Amino acid sequence: MATVEIRDVRKSYGPVDAIKGIDIAIRDGEFLVLLGPSGCGKSTLLRMVAGLEGITGGEIAIGGRVVNTLEPKDRDIAMVFQNYALYPHMTVFDNMAYGLKIRGIPKAEIRARVDKAAEILELGRFLDRRPSQLSGGQRQRVAMGRAIVREPAAFLFDEPLSNLDAKLRTQMRVEIKRLQDRLRITSLYVTHDQVEAMTLADRILVMNHGVAEQIGTPLEVYQRPASLFVAGFIGSPPMNVLDGRIDDRGEAVLVPGGQRLPLPQPRPTDAGRPVKLGIRPEHMAVAAEGFSIEIELVEALGADTVVYGRLPDGETLLVRMAGIPTVRERDRMTVAPQADALHLFDAVSGRRME
Amino acid sequence: MTFDSRLLPYLLLAPQVAVTLVFFIWPAAQAVWQSVHLQDAFGIRSEFVWFENFEHVLTDPNYLDTLKVTVVFSVAVTVLSMGTALLLAVLADSKIKGARAYKTLLIWPYALAPAVAAVLWMFIFNPDIGSFGRALRALGYDWDYRLNGGQALWMVIMAASWKQVAYNFIFFLAGLQAIPRSVMEAASIDGAGPVRRFLTITFPLLSPTTFFLLVVDMVYAFFETFGTIHALTQGGPGKATETLIFRVYHDGVVNNDLGGSSAQSVILMVIVIALTAVQFRFIERKVHYA
Repeated sequence: MATVEIRDVRKSYGPVDAIKGIDIAIRDGEFLVLLGPSGCGKSTLLRMVAGLEGITGGEIAIGGRVVNTLEPKDRDIAMVFQNYALYPHMTVFDNMAYGLKIRGIPKAEIRARVDKAAEILELGRFLDRRPSQLSGGQRQRVAMGRAIVREPAAFLFDEPLSNLDAKLRTQMRVEIKRLQDRLRITSLYVTHDQVEAMTLADRILVMNHGVAEQIGTPLEVYQRPASLFVAGFIGSPPMNVLDGRIDDRGEAVLVPGGQRLPLPQPRPTDAGRPVKLGIRPEHMAVAAEGFSIEIELVEALGADTVVYGRLPDGETLLVRMAGIPTVRERDRMTVAPQADALHLFDAVSGRRME
Repeated sequence: MTFDSRLLPYLLLAPQVAVTLVFFIWPAAQAVWQSVHLQDAFGIRSEFVWFENFEHVLTDPNYLDTLKVTVVFSVAVTVLSMGTALLLAVLADSKIKGARAYKTLLIWPYALAPAVAAVLWMFIFNPDIGSFGRALRALGYDWDYRLNGGQALWMVIMAASWKQVAYNFIFFLAGLQAIPRSVMEAASIDGAGPVRRFLTITFPLLSPTTFFLLVVDMVYAFFETFGTIHALTQGGPGKATETLIFRVYHDGVVNNDLGGSSAQSVILMVIVIALTAVQFRFIERKVHYA
């Protein structure tokens, strides 16, 4: 059990800056998810914590001890890889016991620890099998077991579920959550899947182009996205973003097409300022007055329905409605956002306007 | 894609079958036939003599000496070429500058004909004209592989191993590269240092490659080193570097004893088949195929 502190960590490959200064302190027992699109540097950051990649600048401390120059084996961490990285020539038992044997732990204790992990992960029947004789989900469990038996200061997960099919992924996600509630070990979890991030995380660090766009609890990230990037990345279907301008008295946002959306609180200092207006599809509802859209596509998902509408100026507007569809393609409808569900972003920097 | 013709599979196999028949089955059958016959010096008449040729060969103390030389030579060549190749492959697989150039250079010796390679070694180690040979003599070491049997054996072992290193290297390198990097990373996170990683992860995962090369290298040492030995020492001095295959050639082609030479060929064939069978039976059990 330990904290993990990442202080202004940077990584460059020659002239290319892959990570441009990340700062975060992960609390003891906290589950932090690194979320971002491929190539954003999230895996690189995780591998730097593991000691598999060198650190160009900054400091990483695990349990208060700076580990920048330590070998992976001396960092007291365990890692679960995307492709499991099991030892193919060893049985499940030996896979889990490998790290313990190296650390000179007595045989009886190794047996006890592996048995306990196998019980938690329901692997008891498979201890004598080789990885090649297991299914993808079982291999994933062995990889987790190998991490658990070590009782490390921190767990590192590198997209552990992305090689599994959708059903197994949901199942394993729940299992990881249960495991985390039970073990409470500081964890860093890399994923590009927002559902995994929202369900597992105590806090999410949203990364883009080597920068932390936002650090916050899942609900903070959803309710108050710090930038247009976060707004677009979290939430499905993604947030609608419209060009707009705050009116001269700072009381409403004007959008093309003549719509005037009153602000919950007046912003006299921002009067006349161009903005990007974000509205989540689930915060739109049919109204007497508002955006007039022509329906292009209706996706019936069962529990709810996503309507793809076109505004008079050609922009697409997504609306999510509960239940089965009540409208048809090529119909016209009028929708309006809930008054308190407007997100304003600076038109130039894309940062949230508080 | 499927073909309806029943003939096509046979047609596609025919070239390979023809080559095997003409260059392997037929000569092998000839050898067996000749090994139980005694031919006159002109090759006109031959007489069926049962196993007399084998009796002659196996009771000849010289033949047993040759067998000893062959065992020393084959084991040395196999161990030396595989060990060196594995070491070089491990080095080439790590992240070093110029790894590509290094790999290419290591593969080149395989493209040399055995006789050419042997001549290169001669130019280096010849006591009169070889650079290294002369240096050794200048330092006061009595180096002359043309007179000293031990030195001659050492030299053919080196030359034969050197050529096979390139072949082994390619396979070991491919084997190493087939080991997922993440498995090695997992091992280093689990606490294994470089030496332990090699012994507990790399080497076991390489075992199919190692086993394959063990069979190939034994066969190489037995059969394909003829050119190297012929060009370097002609089996001499005395019979210090005469291996079984060289003796087959010498007795058959130089001394015209076709029956005796054929009997030796048959014995050699039996030895190699037996060795391969033993290797498959006892070593393959311990080999892990991932």
